[in-house]
Amino acid sequence: MSNYNEMWRSLGLNMEAHDRLLQALPPTYHDVYLTQPNRPQGLEYFDFVVNEIHGLRIQELQEHKQNGGKVIGAFCVFVPEEIVRAAGGICIGLCSGIDIGAAEAEKVLPRNICPLIKSFMGFKLAKICPYFESCDMVVGETTCDGKKKAFEILNDYVPVHVMETPQMKRGRDRELWLEEVRDFARLVEETTGNRLTTETLAKSIREVNGKRRALRRLAELRKNDPAPISGLDSLLIEQIAMYDDVERFTGKVNELCDELDKKVQTGEGVFPSGTPRVIVTGTPMAIPNWKVPHLIETSGAVIVAEELCTGLRYFENEVAEDAGAMDAMLENVAARYLGVNCAVFTPNTGRMERLVQLVREYNADGVIHCALSFCDPYAVEANRVEKVLKEENIPLLKIETGYDQEDAGQLKTRIEAFIEMLG
Amino acid sequence: MYAGIDIGSRTIGFVVLSEGRVALSRLIDTGFEPLGAAKNMLTEKYRRVVATGYGRHAAKSHFADAVITEIKAHALGAAHIFPGVRTVLDIGGQDTKVILLDERGVVADFQMNDRCSAGTGKFLEVMAAALGYGGMDEFGEAALQGSGGIKISNMCTVFAESEAVSLMHRGAAREDIALALHSAVVERTAGMLQRIGLTPPLVFSGGVANNRCIVTLLAEKLGTKVLVPPEPQLVGALGAALAAAKEQH
Repeated sequence: MSNYNEMWRSLGLNMEAHDRLLQALPPTYHDVYLTQPNRPQGLEYFDFVVNEIHGLRIQELQEHKQNGGKVIGAFCVFVPEEIVRAAGGICIGLCSGIDIGAAEAEKVLPRNICPLIKSFMGFKLAKICPYFESCDMVVGETTCDGKKKAFEILNDYVPVHVMETPQMKRGRDRELWLEEVRDFARLVEETTGNRLTTETLAKSIREVNGKRRALRRLAELRKNDPAPISGLDSLLIEQIAMYDDVERFTGKVNELCDELDKKVQTGEGVFPSGTPRVIVTGTPMAIPNWKVPHLIETSGAVIVAEELCTGLRYFENEVAEDAGAMDAMLENVAARYLGVNCAVFTPNTGRMERLVQLVREYNADGVIHCALSFCDPYAVEANRVEKVLKEENIPLLKIETGYDQEDAGQLKTRIEAFIEMLG
Repeated sequence: MYAGIDIGSRTIGFVVLSEGRVALSRLIDTGFEPLGAAKNMLTEKYRRVVATGYGRHAAKSHFADAVITEIKAHALGAAHIFPGVRTVLDIGGQDTKVILLDERGVVADFQMNDRCSAGTGKFLEVMAAALGYGGMDEFGEAALQGSGGIKISNMCTVFAESEAVSLMHRGAAREDIALALHSAVVERTAGMLQRIGLTPPLVFSGGVANNRCIVTLLAEKLGTKVLVPPEPQLVGALGAALAAAKEQH
């Protein structure tokens, strides 16, 4: 990727620190991804996209900006991509899953804080993320106290617009959220200089729904035994969904699904039929956080679904396409996003109900709950998950871990022992 | 003949089964070249070798036919020695495991300490050295002579050591500090057992089960009998050998 040096320099990246980040990725990617057995061919595109994560895609964003387009960064699946696209903008996920830049982040954040928060702060302060540096606007939200307060600090370095995500799903909360979505639409119009029209919004709703539908098609295929694709590869695709070009990505996911359809017909899978099947649930796994899924799939099980923000929560429900007027369309957008079962909500019974359904639908043998260290919403909600799964006699393993590798040995023993129990 | 090998952080256990009976058992220090040491223990041709413990995967890439986790190995071993066991506690060199078995002796649930060595064999070893005891046995026996009243609140090996040292400087008796350190381990272990839903009979395996003070305090604290196998450090290797004989993976 050395031919991108000039572009990175022009974005103001700290070249030395950025080089270190780039050197960290390929060996991990090789060990975790390229050594997997029976990978479908359609993954070549996604391998390419990861390989070009700070290269070609950043170049595309720069070209978009040179043509007057804007780039808007987000940290959460609550930020409505449809609105950004309808105003001609590109929406990019900024979360990261690697503990580089922690020393910088700890200058402004407490040491014991969620690694995802520490990571995005570190990326900004250390100037190592070309996505961050490409953003014309950054959008935060109030899905946990750590993020909420961290956005106040982040605002010292880049302007952050914070959307207030409600904590309950009552009528008044829906009204609040609709207001937030309307404000966001106005702000996006100001930032991009483009008015939303019913035509552009309807088109972008269709396109983003198309992306979600393709991801759902992929998820459906994983109900088969043997599973035609690994959980690791599925997670990768779900991570790439946050920053790749929407239409190209949708096309590539559908092409991959065509290939997987054939594999299912001939009974081909990535692991033998009868391999223990696991559902992963909990906090999002931002790229390149593949730690726990890698441990699971090298310990004799296959992950068949991710009840995560980098997973089903991102693409499970669609925006209704039945509205013709701007107000009604924004209402549909707002309604779709409040359907997400985030642990910010109290109570969050929808998540427990969905998990039990998923175990049945995907014929899973057990559930692995992964909470990032210091993530109160998910770490505490793990108890609710445990209670419901116990009632249903569904085996559960609870894990709390960060982006470091120091606990990998013990985690491997725990995960293997859990899989032995399922087998 | 079937062999089981348990490559742990402190010791390597090796058990050979012949026609369902233990034909040979050995225990050595892990040392600094665990894989070589483990390999040297295999002196004959075995029908099948199953490895467990932290070195299990390395063993599999070199000589073992299959691996099982320490959780499963200790469950199998303990149920073989004490049929009908429902809870197994294993405290080894660097971690503590509590395992719940169902009526058939199959693992139903388990918990493990994460990350650090708080409350494990390593913790006791470091404390024994800090108090100037020659070894674990001497440390445990001394603690049995101690009287209560001192409480060590820190379970971190580093912080607990400085707490013990400062108690010594304040003039506390060595055996009283030793007792306090043992009680701290028992508190933590009992907490893990209660969280998982301790069901008697309880079997205690791993190197720390050789410490009489821990066993005594644990039985008092839990109000239940603590069954200790004759060679608690070999339970994992026995379990692995049993798995080899069952041709399990």
